[in-house]
Order: sequence, then C-alpha cells, then structure tokens
Amino acid sequence: MQAYLDQLIQGGAFAGMPREVVYAIGMLLAAFIVLSAFVAPLAGVTSWLERRVWARMQSRVGPNRVGPQGILQWLADGIKNLLKEDIIPTAADKKLFSLAPYIVFMGFLCAFVVIPFGGHLIVADLNIGILYILAVTSLVVVGILMAGWASNNKWSLLGGMRSAAQIISYEIPAGVSVLMIVFLAGTLSMQGIIKGQGWAPWDWYLFHNPFTFAGFFLYFTAALAEGNRTPFDIPEAESELVAGYVTEYSGMRFLFFFFAEWGNLYVIGAVATTLFLGGWQVPPLAIFENSPMLLAVAQFVTFFLKAYLWVFVAMWIRATLPRVRVDQLMSLCWKYMVPLSFICLLGTVAFMFVPADGQRITSAAMFGLGVAITIIFFLRVGFQIRQAKPELYFKPHI
Amino acid sequence: MNETAQDQDTGFHTEDMTISVGPQHPSTHGVLRFVVKTDGEVISEAIPDVGYLHRSIEKIGEKVTWHGYVPYTDRADYLAAMFANQVFCMAAEKLAGTPVTRRGEFCRVIACELNRLASHLISVGTFGQDIGAMTPFVHALRERETINNLMEEICGARLTYNYIRIGGVGYDILPETCTRISEFLDHFEPIVDEFNRLLTGNKIFIERLAGIAVVSKEDALQYNLVGPNLRGAGIKWDIRRDIPYSVYPELEFEIPVGTGHIGALGDSFDRYWVRIRELQESCKIVRQCLKMLPKGPAISKVARKFKPAAGECYVRVEAPRGDMGFYVISDGSEYPYRVRIRTGSYTAMSIIDKLSKGIMLADLIVLIGSLDVDAPEIDR
Amino acid sequence: MLFDFANVLVFTALGLGFVGVNLLIGRLLRPANPQARKLSTYECGEPSTGSAWVNFNIRFYLVALIFIIFEVEIAFIFPVATVFRGLIESGEGLLAFVKIFIFVGILFLGLVYSWVKGDLEWIKKVKT
Repeated sequence: MQAYLDQLIQGGAFAGMPREVVYAIGMLLAAFIVLSAFVAPLAGVTSWLERRVWARMQSRVGPNRVGPQGILQWLADGIKNLLKEDIIPTAADKKLFSLAPYIVFMGFLCAFVVIPFGGHLIVADLNIGILYILAVTSLVVVGILMAGWASNNKWSLLGGMRSAAQIISYEIPAGVSVLMIVFLAGTLSMQGIIKGQGWAPWDWYLFHNPFTFAGFFLYFTAALAEGNRTPFDIPEAESELVAGYVTEYSGMRFLFFFFAEWGNLYVIGAVATTLFLGGWQVPPLAIFENSPMLLAVAQFVTFFLKAYLWVFVAMWIRATLPRVRVDQLMSLCWKYMVPLSFICLLGTVAFMFVPADGQRITSAAMFGLGVAITIIFFLRVGFQIRQAKPELYFKPHI
Repeated sequence: MNETAQDQDTGFHTEDMTISVGPQHPSTHGVLRFVVKTDGEVISEAIPDVGYLHRSIEKIGEKVTWHGYVPYTDRADYLAAMFANQVFCMAAEKLAGTPVTRRGEFCRVIACELNRLASHLISVGTFGQDIGAMTPFVHALRERETINNLMEEICGARLTYNYIRIGGVGYDILPETCTRISEFLDHFEPIVDEFNRLLTGNKIFIERLAGIAVVSKEDALQYNLVGPNLRGAGIKWDIRRDIPYSVYPELEFEIPVGTGHIGALGDSFDRYWVRIRELQESCKIVRQCLKMLPKGPAISKVARKFKPAAGECYVRVEAPRGDMGFYVISDGSEYPYRVRIRTGSYTAMSIIDKLSKGIMLADLIVLIGSLDVDAPEIDR
Repeated sequence: MLFDFANVLVFTALGLGFVGVNLLIGRLLRPANPQARKLSTYECGEPSTGSAWVNFNIRFYLVALIFIIFEVEIAFIFPVATVFRGLIESGEGLLAFVKIFIFVGILFLGLVYSWVKGDLEWIKKVKT
C-alpha cells in the first residue's frame, strides 16, 4: 500500500500535502474500508448463516424474514441492539465494565491488519505477521477477564475465569502448531508463508509431512477452543453459567462481544488457510497473465472460500457435538494436545533433514491419504444421511 | 470449608461462594432453585428449594366436583397430563365401584403411552440440551409435535388433555386416528435409532454421563426414587407389571433396567438409557393396543352428580416420572373430601443433596437432567 | 516497515473509535430508565447475596503459571524457526536440531513434573 501511495504522490495527486498526512489518510481509509465493507458485514452474515445452517440441520427454518432469505437479519439485530437500554449494574465496576467491549473488539479487529486476502490485498504485510496475530488475538482474554470480574456477578466471574484459563491453555497447542509452519517457511510474514506453498494441494504445508497434517487438526481444535466454540463453549455454557461473562451485558455492549466472536471465527479460518492450505494461491492460468484485476479477484475468492469452509465446519461441529466438562477440557489440552503438539514440532523439524526427493514423495503420499480420508468421511456422512430416511418425515394431517 | 490439597500446602484459601441456581436459570427445567455452595467448580452442598410453582391443586380438589376436578389434575404434571387424569379417575372409580368399558381401558392405555413418548422425548431432548447438544433437542421436539397433533385428534387438546373421564374416556379413538398412530409409530421407531446415533453414541456425551451421580440400589430405595430413576439403579420395579392396573397384564412389554454397561450401575447414563429404551417399549405397547382395540362404548354410564360412597383409597400408576399416586378421601358428597398427590419428581429432589456433594457444577446440571425432575410436578 | 506498523495503530484507534461511536449513537437513541431493581445483579431471579469479588480457587493461577512458561518457550523458539532453514543449508542444522531438542526437552520435563505433581488436574484430590 505504501508503494501505491508513493506512486500517487509522485504522480502529483496530493500536491502540497506532507507525505505523512497522505499516509495517514490512506491508512485510515484502508482501515475504514476493511472494517465497514468487510469485517462488519462478514461478522453479521456469519451470524445469520450460522443460524440458518444450524436451523437447517435441526429441521427448522431459521431467520428468513428480513431481506432475501433473511440475509439482512444481522442489520435488524444490530439496530435492535442499538435501541436497547444499556444497563450497568450498580454493583459493577463501571469503568472496567465499559472498557471490556473495547478491548475485545480491538483485539479482534487488529488481527485483520495482516490477513492476506490476496497477493497484494493485505493491509500491511508485517514481518512478524503470524506472531502478531497470536499476540493480538490473546488481547481478547484481557477483555473477557475484565468483563467477568467487573460485572460483580458470580456467573460472570466463573465464566470469565474459566474462559481465561481455557484460552491461555489452548494458546500453547495453537502456538506450537504455528511454530511448525514457521520452521518450514522460515519466515513469520503471512505472505511469505503463503509463498512457501503452491497452488496445488500437494504443495500445501498441510500435506508436507504427517506431523503438519496432525498439526492442522491440533491447530483447528485449539483455535475452536480459543474462540469459545462448541464443544469448548464452557465459558458461556448457557445451561451451567447462564451466559458466562456476558451475563450482565445488554444492548450494544453485548453485541460487540458477539461481533468479535463471529468475526474471530473467520480469523481462525483465515489463519488456518494461510498456514496450512496454501492461502490465496491460484493455478497459473493463461487468463490471469495479462489481467491483474482478475487475478486479484480469483485470489480473493480462493482465500475467502477456503477460510469460510472452516467457518462452516465450525458451525457443523456446533450443531453436532455436546460440550465437554471443564476438567475434561483442561486435561485434553495439557495431557494430550500439548505433548502431541511438541512431538509434531520436533517431528517436523526432523523432517526438514529429509532430502527434497523424499519430501516430495511424502507430500504426494500425504495428499493421497488426505483424499482417502476425505472420501471415507463423505461416504460416512452419506451413509448417515441415507440411514436418516428423510422420506419417513411424518406429515401432520391437521 | 472445602479446602483442597493445594490450600493446605500453601495456606491460601478459597472462599466458598453461595450461588443460587434458579429459579430463573436455563437448565432447572422450570422454576426450581438450588442453593449451591461451591468453590467455583466443586460443589460442597446443593440444597433444593421448591415451591415456586405451587398452584394449590390439592386444595382445589376439595372445592370442585369429582367430574370437575379432572381438568385440574392435568396441571399437576403438564408434560404427562394423561397419567394424572387416569390415576384420579381410577381412584374415583374404585371408591364408587364404577366399571370401565373395555374399549375405554384400551383407549386409556394408547393415550397414556403416547403421552409417555412425548414426556420422555422432552426429557431426553432437554437432557441433551443441558449438556450442550442443541440438535437432538429440536429433533425430539419435532417428534413430540407429531404426538401433540395425534393427541389433538384424539382429544382436542395438545398439552392438558382432560381426556380420561370417570368410567372411561371422553372421546372414542376413531379408526382413521388409529391408522395415523400406527403410521407415526412406523416413522418413529427408526427415529429412536437416529437419536441414538446422534446423541447416545457420542463420545463426549458418554464421557459427561458415565459414572456421574451414581445412585446405589440401597440409596434408590431409601430415598424413594421411582420410575426410570429407580430402574436406572438396576431395580426392576414397574407398577404396570408389579401392581397391575388397566389392561397392562394382557400386554407384552419389557421393563428396561440400568445395566451399568457404560460407567457404573445407576449413573446418569443408565437413567438416560432406561428412558430411551422405554420409548421403544411404549411403541410396542401402543402397537399391541391398536391391534387389540375391541368394539364397544368408550365410556360407561356415570351419573352426572357423581357421589362415591364414603371411604378412602390410594391408587398409583406408572407415570413417565415414576410412581404417581392419588390419595383420595370421599365423605359421600359431590366433592372430594381430600386429595393428596404423590409424584416422582418430588421424591427425586431429596436425593440431590446427597448426590451433589463433591461433584462439579456442570455435573449438577447432568444430575438434575438425568433425574428428569419437572417443577410443576414437584410443587403441584 | 514503520508504515506497516502504523497500520496497527490505525486499526487499534479505529477499533476503539468504532465501539465508541456506536455506543454514542446508541446513547442518543436508546431509552434510559434506570431503576434499582433493573440495576441489581442477576442471580437467577433471587436477590443476590454477597459480592462476587471473592478469593477464587488457586487452580487458575497454576494454569496461568504453566502457560507463561510454555508461552515464553514458544516465543524463544520463534527466532530459531525463522533461520533454521538457513542453518540446514549451511550444514549446522543437526547441531541446531539437537539444541532445540534439548530446549524443548527441558520444558517437556517441566510438564511431566507438574503432571506427576498433579498440578494438571483441574479438581485436586484432598490429602488424607
């Protein structure tokens, strides 16, 4: 983006303005576009889609009134929440209570700085990209803890504490899985990691070796836990802790927590895509040669679909699984995932000594395995669907 | 003070907090309250506090006529209204010596077993929801909705039926309704398997249930657990079989008991599994009844001014939440002298205090769900 | 590079600003009708007893402590990770690998230690 602004300045577009002002305006504009044209609708549509997908899986209809298929439901919800009375309990710590949504929202929004939507479509390709994402998404913990403590409500406190314990615990397997890829890529930059892979699935880090293959699932599971998603939604388990750390929040403040949660879902998908699934890499087709615009669009669509696939998987998981108990959650992390992730890390590092030919053969073999697993999985799903006998759906006579 | 090992080592201490779970809590199944003492995770004490849903149903019985009291019994346990109807009518019939027509008996059993299906569906569905599985709950409610439709065809009401009357049933079950019921059963039996694949076989679900809140045989008897909770502890006791009433002796069905094949005998999973298997048994019973449904009137002639002879009786049936009994005293007048209702959920509440010591907050929800307590039935 | 990091600042400001502006707009539109009951703490419909600000269980601190150790470890491995490929090419890879192995191994021992000590158990058994 800096190069583009420099080009404009040299072209005399902003004659008479200091360079820094141009930069600042450019950056604000970019940030605003990302927020209002991408992040906000994305979080909103994700919330709508989740409800629809969920409803369909539960043989319900779901929100379908506002706009075609109810796609504008999130706008209606937003306006509704905007008009709701804002309640801050008298017993609460008012300052912390009001500050918490800011922190949560800020932490989640900052992750979008380094998400590579396309070859050039990135706000800033920081040289510490992936480390930066790990850092800012952890900020959410501070907000949640703050919300839980400041509410002065026992449910909120329990929810906040559990949430903090859960998020920081799962930070370890997630971080180690990321580390695996950093070893392979030799860089922390998001674009650098993507460029280390190819467009073809067997060039992805996912299929690089058996350890990264396992690492992907470790990352995804840990990320689900960090995003407080089912089956790890213990902090806001409504059947135990009422609403966890958001119990006392209402209206707009409440909305921001969920805005961040749904937006975070996409961040999880985007990071998984960047690290393991080849990011925006598209096949080098002839039509892209002389049309950079088309290339950019193709890259954006590829990245978006890959990332959104995992958002969908998260919804699917949420509709299927019950939630685990908090001690099971912690022992899953510390006794299984942490040791396993370190084994995978050392395995990956050791694997880097394998000569290039061997690595290529492994990639091909892993790709074959991946395809086989996918086929078996969908055969299984198909079997279950056939077992479900939808034709038996009972039509009421009244 | 519930001090952990860590506390003793370091001299730090954790303050126990007293939390009120309920009455407005998502998983207390109605307005029910538990005063829970916990260190944040482990419960040291959970005391049930009932009475939020008291509607004086027993007292009302003294103020309305025998016929007029039948609709009120619906409200004793609105998830299983048919059973309260039946047990009150049985008590009145026993006092007055009124015969019940044979077709009426079969209609009663069909309606009751359909009601049991609906009630157990709610029970296992909400149980899944308490543990975080939302989908099985909606699937269960979908099936229950069909049962409600059938009930509407049978008696014109979907929840509080007022179907069983003194001397028989209010309305005859029509032949086309019978076809619809058997169509529904054809549809429903595979659904139970689907439900098992979706929820029962789930690893997380089993982990959450197995070995949690184990009720031993002795405890089950001492705390007077009834129904699926008792059978979950491995005791084969079912009023339909052991103190037979209506036409149950003529019907073939099994009484599922807890086996402890996952976890321990009498744990939450056993209680849940007994309910699931009772779904299948109820289907069997309804099928047999449909086949055996005799011709004839659905209700015998009963005086409008129903005045049973002075006396008292205690009658019990096997309701979805276990033994439901009515103790009725008649002084020979148009009004019952005294009505006392004994319900399964109320006795189940007493064991919660014992079972909840040392379990986790999340397990308390599992415990409440697995006992299938129902607030209106507790308070009446 | 400074330009890139300035973006982070801008996003932070925008994130705070977005929440702030929305709450401000809300403040102009929404009703405000506070009552003592409405502002009381939610405790499932019963009057709340006592404050929630209590000494909560120590297990949360233990998790935090173990977390910090591992997180620092990860932070230390990151720099190595970026140059490791270069080390392999220059033939020092094996030595580096052994060093990483020892480093991870020490920390792993720590995990095993706390596991054996029972600090990974969420619910600790009371000593008898």
